[in-house]
Amino acid sequence: MIDEPTRRLDEGALRVLVPRVLAGLVRRGEDFDAAEDALQEALLEALRVWPEHPPRDPRAWLATVATRRLVDARRSDAARQRREEATYAEPPPAATEEGDDTLFLLFCCCHPDLAPPSQVALTLRAVGGLTTREIADAFYVPEATMAQRISRAKRVLAGPPARRLDQPGDLAVVLRVLYLVYTAGHIGPPTRVDLAGEAIRLARQLTLATEEPEARGLLALMLLNHARLRARLDPEGRIVTLDRQNRGLWDTREIAEGVRVLQSALAARRPGRYQIEAAIAALHDDAACAEETDWPQILAWYDDLVALTDDPERQDPAAVLGRAVAVGHVLGAAAGLRETDRLREVLGDRHRWHAVRAHLHELDGDLPAAATAYAEAARRATNVAERDHLVRQAARARAAGR
Amino acid sequence: MPKYLLLKHYRGAPEPHRPVPPMDQWAPEDVEAHIAFQRHVIELLEESGEYVDAQALTPVRTWVRYGGPDAAPVTTDGPHPETSDLVAGWFTIDVESHERAVEVAAYVSSEPGPGGAPLYEWIDVREVMSGAPSDD
Repeated sequence: MIDEPTRRLDEGALRVLVPRVLAGLVRRGEDFDAAEDALQEALLEALRVWPEHPPRDPRAWLATVATRRLVDARRSDAARQRREEATYAEPPPAATEEGDDTLFLLFCCCHPDLAPPSQVALTLRAVGGLTTREIADAFYVPEATMAQRISRAKRVLAGPPARRLDQPGDLAVVLRVLYLVYTAGHIGPPTRVDLAGEAIRLARQLTLATEEPEARGLLALMLLNHARLRARLDPEGRIVTLDRQNRGLWDTREIAEGVRVLQSALAARRPGRYQIEAAIAALHDDAACAEETDWPQILAWYDDLVALTDDPERQDPAAVLGRAVAVGHVLGAAAGLRETDRLREVLGDRHRWHAVRAHLHELDGDLPAAATAYAEAARRATNVAERDHLVRQAARARAAGR
Repeated sequence: MPKYLLLKHYRGAPEPHRPVPPMDQWAPEDVEAHIAFQRHVIELLEESGEYVDAQALTPVRTWVRYGGPDAAPVTTDGPHPETSDLVAGWFTIDVESHERAVEVAAYVSSEPGPGGAPLYEWIDVREVMSGAPSDD
């Protein structure tokens, strides 16, 4: 019997190797789909065998077992026999940088032809080294469903991947997928798999592989939000809004790292949405108490964020809504409410729009209007914790306004 | 062991035994107590080994039917969207007997309402058809 810490250590070390081994196989000419399957089998085998028989060279072990699986799979298919021989006649691949492997695989998994849930699942398996079971658990679907989603995604990618990859614009998809993974972990209830931590790990690898400042912007944004995660829920699991959070629970080391990463990104002077959102998060993190929040600066960054799109109300309503809050704090609640009016048509049916208006009414001292808007928001919430939070806010505003 | 759904309804239940205003009009501490009770029910069922699942539904409903070959699906929000039956959520439990399901449902219905007094909410108890061969 191996104790838990040892086993966890093994898993961590094992998962770091996954993208490297997989990239090695794909570069050697293996089909992405088959190689990924073979490596997944090798991974499960490793989880079973390693606790008692740790390998001397884990990476070589994985590569060998995965290759054996590939050969087994091909042996059953005589027509492919010749290709097998051809593959093994090739010289071993030259050693490549770990960062290149990660980037290469992220481009594979975040292929623009795939739907976001497939991109997320494939990334977590092929780059994150999670098992299908772990990914299924993290998204609350049966393992068979997740396995099917992954194999359908891989069918889309069938064929030599390198040809379609590394096109400009693909990095934006990779960033979005990593942010989706992060958000799922940040908002969702805790699962055995720490998705937010996983997204940060992958984003950190990505920043080693590309000079693109938006990659660092994304990493900074994740770090600066993650720093507040512990304060986001109270011990009973209730949501605590930013202005009421115990700032002593914020992770100052994570904030410091986030600020450092953001500064290095901004130094490139090529701003983008993740860098701007990270700057806003940094300003929130920087305030010793809610009253000290530098709202004029936050508003200035929101102005930049909104300016990134031609028609922000339609293309980026979330940015316009965030800006309305900042307007409310800088120019007054009435001005903020006027800003939200511009979004009525686009977001009027979403809980967040009503929640923001409730907050602004409250800022304005109009508690009955705030209570009504919170209740409207609660009716439209799609998440139990948020719904409960909004009902509480409604009752609180209603009681205080009486 | 049979499984049961204990359904809560937004509307469509029998005449309420105790009419109450919408939750945003309750005292904040009553809201707290009500929400805490829901969590407490799950913990209790987990401890007794009877818990399977609990889910909440948003109140937005879309009725959908096949539109015919090469036609888009036909959708509507219902013939009487304001009065028709609307499920709000459920607990799924795996229990010894129908009696036990009724007992659990009654306990769920005792959830605190305004003033901390029981809500007496009607709970719709439905047996889930089993995939196992019947034993009678």
